[in-house]
Amino acid sequence: MVEGPLGEGLEARFELHRGDEFRLELDLAIPPGRTVALLGPNGAGKSTAVAAIAGLLQIESGRIGLAGVTLDDPGAGINLPPESRKVGVVFQDYLLFPHLTVAENVAFGLRSRGMSRSNSLARAADWLTRLDLAGLEKRKPALLSGGQAQRVALARALVTEPDLLLLDEPLSALDVTTRSEMRRVLDRHLKEFPGPRLVITHDPVEAFLLADEVHIIEKGVVTQWGTPDEIRLRPRTPYAADLAGSNLLFGRATAGLAQVGSHHIHLAEHGIDGDVLLTIRPSAISLHRRPPEGSPRNMWETTIELIEDLGERTRVRTGAPLPLTAEVTAEASTALGLAEGESVWLAIKATEIGVEPGDGRTSSS
Amino acid sequence: MGFIALTTERREAERARRPPVLLVVLGVLGLAVFAVPFIGLLSRVPWTDLPELLSSDLVTDALRLSMVTSLTATLVAVLIGVPLAWILARLEFPGRSLVRGLVTLPLVLPPVVGGAALLFALGRRGLIGEPLNQATGLLLPFSTSGVVLANTFVAMPFLVITVEGALRNLDRRYEGAASSLGAGQWTVLRRITLPMIGPSLVAGLVLTWARALGEFGATITFAGNLQGRTQTLPLAVFVALESDRDVAVALSLVMVVVSLAVLVALRERWWKAL
Repeated sequence: MVEGPLGEGLEARFELHRGDEFRLELDLAIPPGRTVALLGPNGAGKSTAVAAIAGLLQIESGRIGLAGVTLDDPGAGINLPPESRKVGVVFQDYLLFPHLTVAENVAFGLRSRGMSRSNSLARAADWLTRLDLAGLEKRKPALLSGGQAQRVALARALVTEPDLLLLDEPLSALDVTTRSEMRRVLDRHLKEFPGPRLVITHDPVEAFLLADEVHIIEKGVVTQWGTPDEIRLRPRTPYAADLAGSNLLFGRATAGLAQVGSHHIHLAEHGIDGDVLLTIRPSAISLHRRPPEGSPRNMWETTIELIEDLGERTRVRTGAPLPLTAEVTAEASTALGLAEGESVWLAIKATEIGVEPGDGRTSSS
Repeated sequence: MGFIALTTERREAERARRPPVLLVVLGVLGLAVFAVPFIGLLSRVPWTDLPELLSSDLVTDALRLSMVTSLTATLVAVLIGVPLAWILARLEFPGRSLVRGLVTLPLVLPPVVGGAALLFALGRRGLIGEPLNQATGLLLPFSTSGVVLANTFVAMPFLVITVEGALRNLDRRYEGAASSLGAGQWTVLRRITLPMIGPSLVAGLVLTWARALGEFGATITFAGNLQGRTQTLPLAVFVALESDRDVAVALSLVMVVVSLAVLVALRERWWKAL
């Protein structure tokens, strides 16, 4: 039995095994109104965590509590069945019931909890309108677009007014073109949800943009947690470093020019104004001993803070004015004679910078 | 546009290509195996006497009894066969493959042997039949209930196999999604599991009913051949072949028409799962 009173939000501290190989150990506390992302590679145990919190898998030790109610406490013999938990889940692939219409899918949770057919359908219709899905009530899920299916799944999870919103890879079933738009829609509805929110994802962009706090999970264990910036600037594991290495920068864009901290970066994309998330692949950054000739519009002089030998490639962390991670071939590194503490010229082509519309978050860097 | 043009061209090319002659000949031969007997039957139908033949007591009794027993057997199969399929698909227990073999045994066993086994178990002097008879006065052999039991024994495997396969193929995450939305286990079964395996369930029902309707060996062995009580259509056909060929033909025609009507009607809508 785990001692101590339960807080208002989600408190999940537990351990479970699957087979002999896999062990999951989680320690999460999410207050109401806060979004936490569980970020990790495939097979890290993310979906197992969803199943455990939703009650579809039994934990072996620890405790899961939500809004003051103990959901699981094996020591005290408590294991609430999934239907008794107030957890709204948007499942990976959405899992809309194929034989029910959109309205029946959304009404399902209300019907299951004893509401009459007509009342539950009316409530479902309200939620469909809120999510811009009016007119699709009678449609079968097979005939929905990916973005529509995602919103139906969200409506289905929200209609029962759960105490926790749990999203398992909410955007991975979407194609790239609709993903960033759907991410903004999702972000808006996440912020409207009053309880704690947990987003499970393997996509750092998704985690960094949607969450207030990111927990990195590898092989069933959380290896690092913190705000997106803390993880980006001080990665503590190779996986986190890889994520950080992909150079995610928050900034504000105006007419093709993005301000990141006090620094300006030229973009090839002129159509997006306002808060943005810039992504720059480390291999898209070139390093030079002298000011480079040619067309790169983004170049500046900086100092080398850290050099990591990755075998055939070398990873270089640069310092002020804008900390970035570059990757060059070991050959180039030797030819340039790169060394920590030395000054170097850095260049990035505007076309190599990915731009995602962001959501009111400003970077500390 | 280029893509559309290409696919149209390809389709025309496929159409223009002649199918292999041997394949067509063998296929038509296969069709003949089904068609010729029915043509033979139709050629012997006494069309003018048909209304009179069909309204005879022998025919109406047999038709009514066949419908009642085959449909009751199908209902019984749903009530106990679907739960059995669920157990086989969902529960892990020692000897499961043995149980699965037992369930399919009636498919390969000669129905006469099945009838004999039923007699040894549930007959007047049978293992369970004797105490059952002494306790309740119930006697299954040579009763309409005995026909239903024989039908169920022979036909239920079709339902169990079809439904078990469908339950195994069902993505169980949907059931998890339903329970996370507050549905208890019965609600999940009623509103998610069964509807999602609906097509297979209906296919299993049709096969079960069809098998029960045609049941002969186990019925005659276990329940006998009493007009109005245990003499179903197949039994009546068998008897009539000895006494009055015209009646036999009329009875056969009834079976063909009823079976074909049901199969065709269901095939369009439901029977895609098979």
